[in-house]
Amino acid sequence: MSLNIQEIRALFPVLHQEVNGKPLVYFDNAATTQKPISVIDALSAYYKNDNSNIHRGAHTLADRATRYYENTRKLLQQFLNAREEAEIIFTKGTTEGINLVASTFGRKYINEGDEIIISTLEHHSNIVPWQMLCEEKGAVLKIIPINEAGDLDMQAFKDLVSPKTKLVSIIHVSNALGTINPVEEIIELSHQVGAKVLLDGAQSTSHLEVDVQALDCDFLVFSAHKLYGPTGLGVLYGKRVVLEEMPPYQGGGEMIKEVTFTKTTYNELPFKFEAGTPNIGDVIAFGKALEFINQLGKKQIKAHEDELLAYASDSLSQIKGFIPVGTAREKISVISFNINGMHPFDVGMMLDANGIAVRTGHHCTQPLMQRFGIEGTVRASFSVYNTKSEIDKLVASVSKIAKLKNK
Amino acid sequence: MSIEAIQNEIIDEFSILGDDKESTIFYIMEIGNGLPEMPESDKTDQNIIKGCQSKVWLTAIEKDGKVHFQADSNTDITKGLISLLIRVLSKRTPEEIIQAELSFIDKIGMGSIIGSQRSNGLAAMIKQMKMYALAYQAKLNA
Repeated sequence: MSLNIQEIRALFPVLHQEVNGKPLVYFDNAATTQKPISVIDALSAYYKNDNSNIHRGAHTLADRATRYYENTRKLLQQFLNAREEAEIIFTKGTTEGINLVASTFGRKYINEGDEIIISTLEHHSNIVPWQMLCEEKGAVLKIIPINEAGDLDMQAFKDLVSPKTKLVSIIHVSNALGTINPVEEIIELSHQVGAKVLLDGAQSTSHLEVDVQALDCDFLVFSAHKLYGPTGLGVLYGKRVVLEEMPPYQGGGEMIKEVTFTKTTYNELPFKFEAGTPNIGDVIAFGKALEFINQLGKKQIKAHEDELLAYASDSLSQIKGFIPVGTAREKISVISFNINGMHPFDVGMMLDANGIAVRTGHHCTQPLMQRFGIEGTVRASFSVYNTKSEIDKLVASVSKIAKLKNK
Repeated sequence: MSIEAIQNEIIDEFSILGDDKESTIFYIMEIGNGLPEMPESDKTDQNIIKGCQSKVWLTAIEKDGKVHFQADSNTDITKGLISLLIRVLSKRTPEEIIQAELSFIDKIGMGSIIGSQRSNGLAAMIKQMKMYALAYQAKLNA
């Protein structure tokens, strides 16, 4: 059954406004999605009714907040099909998840001469932590190249992966181009040489069904705010066997079992990696975002977004001067493009004048932009609440803008 | 024409466009298209204005006690913005440039037209032009 998009739109207060005198068309969903009213209400209700510190409070409010907080962990375990809730660790976001793995797993297991493999498609957050680690340890960073369409060169990956490879940290879905990477094959090949695999799921978890057991990835990181949830919150999934062996990330409250001045023992998973008072309110509100996704169904969400992608790609490619960037075989609902003779900043500003929100620039993927020999792109990214009539507005505006330099 | 008079002229031109953001942006781009070409040899890293997201190159020479600016950018809107600044500040004495209060920017509501990032860039352009004026003032008074 297909989704009723108007009913879904009614759940998102922010969509119902005018920007520069035009109805808002929000196509910056790969940067962050908007929040349904259930998420906003849950955040407010928590602070109105339940606010208290979790896990050790001997009072009713603390007990209630703890139950709600841990309920989101349960929802995430189901959402990812993790074996157990203890494999779900709350972070500040994707970036912190990667840094956590680099600082703990990386520091312990990666040594001089070892190799870490990433790809040309990576977001800066999946490049810089590994560069820092390699510099510290004398390890080597290897890069999987891509072809002109924006697909990974899998033959090159097969040539790169070797017994020297200790970790493959790869973007599941490209934020800049929308490419869906063949991560099943990457994970299998990596495991054959004994390397662990981290998936950057920032863009995949909101669009694709991600089953960590079926994929067999060792780590998966993502951010709540790209899944209709609050900002400042993320998730690190890790296999228990791997997490158990890792040293803690930060020291402090919550992550300890017992502290004396001579020795401290660490808490069990997942608390070992959650030092300090966590982001309780946002975790609770995120539970509502997961329920929202579950109610709609990932398959239905993807079907709608695929339809929008196909419709937009067809219409935009008719425009004289339209240059698509990234035409991978399999994509999520992201269209990156340039207009011949125009800077993406200018295009973005003109679209904004028409109430259309897109992202412009390098999308935190400068090496990828360098690969294409461009400074940046205009990126329109669609979500479940977007419509074909909104795409018609984008196409009309892009058409008008393109005519300025492409007569 | 005085700096004040030119600023008033610009304010009048923009007031015709009213509140329509799209026409205002098209107009800024059109102004940018009229900016004289800068020689490629001047588009060096040294001439790039720091603090702008897009690339803006600015050079200045002194002729008969007045500072002449030339600029270019890789984006049309930025070209339009720098070209407005050149219209107001070029071919002026260093003192005039240093003392100039660019009230037209607020009066035409530039901040809400171009947004905060580009406003920071615009401020960086003005700062760089005033720095050139200070340098030439010191040189002329030496």
